[in-house]
Amino acid sequence: MAKKGKLRVGWFSFACSEDSTIMMTEVLNECWQEWKKKIDIAYARVLQSQNEINDLDVAFIEGAITTNEDAKRAKEIRKNSKYVVAIGSCAVTGMPSAQRNLFDANLKKEIKPLLIKFKHREKVLALKDVIKVDDNVPGCPMNEKIFLEVLDKYLKKFGV
Amino acid sequence: MHTFDITMENLSKIEGHTDLDVKVKNDKVEYVKLKISENKRFYTQAIRGKPATTAPQLMCRICGTCSIAHLLCCIQAVENAMDIRPSEQTILLRKLAMYGLYIRDHALHLYMFSLPDIMGKDSILDFDEHDEFEDRLLHSCFEVKAAGNALSTLVAGKPVHPPFPAVGGFVKIPTKEEIRPVIKQLEHIREDVLELIDIFMPEKFDFTRETNYVCLTSPDFNFYTGDHICTSKKECIPSEKFGQHLVHKVIPYSQASGYEYEGETYMIGALARVNLNEAYLHPKTRKDAKKALDIFPSNNIFHNNLAQAVEILHCIDTSIEILKKAKFTEEKFSITPKAGTGTGVVEAPRGTLYYSIDTDKTGKITHADIVVPTGQNQINIEQDIKALIEANLSMPKEKIQFEIEKLIRAYDPCMSCASHFLKIKWE
Repeated sequence: MAKKGKLRVGWFSFACSEDSTIMMTEVLNECWQEWKKKIDIAYARVLQSQNEINDLDVAFIEGAITTNEDAKRAKEIRKNSKYVVAIGSCAVTGMPSAQRNLFDANLKKEIKPLLIKFKHREKVLALKDVIKVDDNVPGCPMNEKIFLEVLDKYLKKFGV
Repeated sequence: MHTFDITMENLSKIEGHTDLDVKVKNDKVEYVKLKISENKRFYTQAIRGKPATTAPQLMCRICGTCSIAHLLCCIQAVENAMDIRPSEQTILLRKLAMYGLYIRDHALHLYMFSLPDIMGKDSILDFDEHDEFEDRLLHSCFEVKAAGNALSTLVAGKPVHPPFPAVGGFVKIPTKEEIRPVIKQLEHIREDVLELIDIFMPEKFDFTRETNYVCLTSPDFNFYTGDHICTSKKECIPSEKFGQHLVHKVIPYSQASGYEYEGETYMIGALARVNLNEAYLHPKTRKDAKKALDIFPSNNIFHNNLAQAVEILHCIDTSIEILKKAKFTEEKFSITPKAGTGTGVVEAPRGTLYYSIDTDKTGKITHADIVVPTGQNQINIEQDIKALIEANLSMPKEKIQFEIEKLIRAYDPCMSCASHFLKIKWE
């Protein structure tokens, strides 16, 4: 359930190095006191085991989409979120997680058995190729300054 | 007689994605399957044909949290392949970059992943600011992490995917003005870390199982150099031969590869390092953490947390000493491409990381092989979970499940690393 007067957010991760998740935990070094007052973290596996996906104000999503299961999950997050922000290079552009899209025929043949075994898509997609994205925080890892600006924008939008 | 299943999906407070399936029938554990479900990103294929000098910046993208370890291990392998000898100052700066990584990474694991279990909370952010002890832990968590971040940023440019370390040397070196505040920050967190050691010292859940501990050994307990890999069986091999002693095990339900050392399961990471190399810790660390160090060597996997806390103190003490003495100067370095094979072996926070890289005469990469810590620990984790369940069958299922989660967390697994590459022979 949404906590009154707080921005209800989720932090999600698909195929990537989770570098932006690490940067988010580093941003907390400076911001944790403010976040405790203003932000209701409904979903963030890195921080807690009790996670909810419903009725999110903003979903922050890092990582590229490599399986149909991921795409389905991204759509579920979109359905439960008023706004979605793509976090970091893999979510914004697909790269570097999408590097296999550019492999030559030999390399593609080499990795094919694994793509089949683990039900990976033929091509890796950026988040915007799967769902509507409202804002982007580029960078590998994400640019912290832009992240804080985007977060601030939504805090203001929701009157927090 | 107990018969039950345990299914845990998408475990929290670890790095990356993993699931666990357990089946118990008539008091026997039929199977334990730790399914690393992080999707593959094929870095060992992507690197082929790329100039070796650019490879480290790509390969560090395998992992966000241990990015510096991948970067420096790849640099070491490329330098060995192309016969490049870095300066003493470069080696010292790389050691410092690793100390910064360890402080930040171990602090993330201990304060944010493991401490909530001890305090009966779900998240570090649930700690009560009106309670003196919990408030102090909240402040310690973020100050210790920030100090590690500051040390990495000073030396390497950033805590994650840092820009300064390169094949041959550093593109920027720290100035005196930049060093001073970082020393202060490290001195400031020392007391916090002594308290952290005290917190992780009493381990209520006594779970021991003998295994072979393996790590890179260096006389100053640094994580970047070391000529030998040693084991708790008192055997040592030259570190560059590490790959030849590993047996790759296909784990059909996992997106990661498992490994055995000399045909047996083994454990790497902080517990292995402190068990084997305690005598090489910084003298100040050995003095002030003596009570904790008396516990080692230990066969209790939960003491991996305590070993990490001790390593944070060692990194602080060693870094302060180096930074106070150091006079860094700009150094020029150049690269001549060369064909060759080189290995890189470093101790990443979760254990020994191994790179083997082949270059052609133009300095392009023709082949790369990487063995990451979590893959090496995977079989040992599963065997520990099996032993833990068999020893506690009368415990309520929810309690067993909680202890399994704690056990997996104690290993501090990193699934991003574990699933980066390709092994084709599926059974």
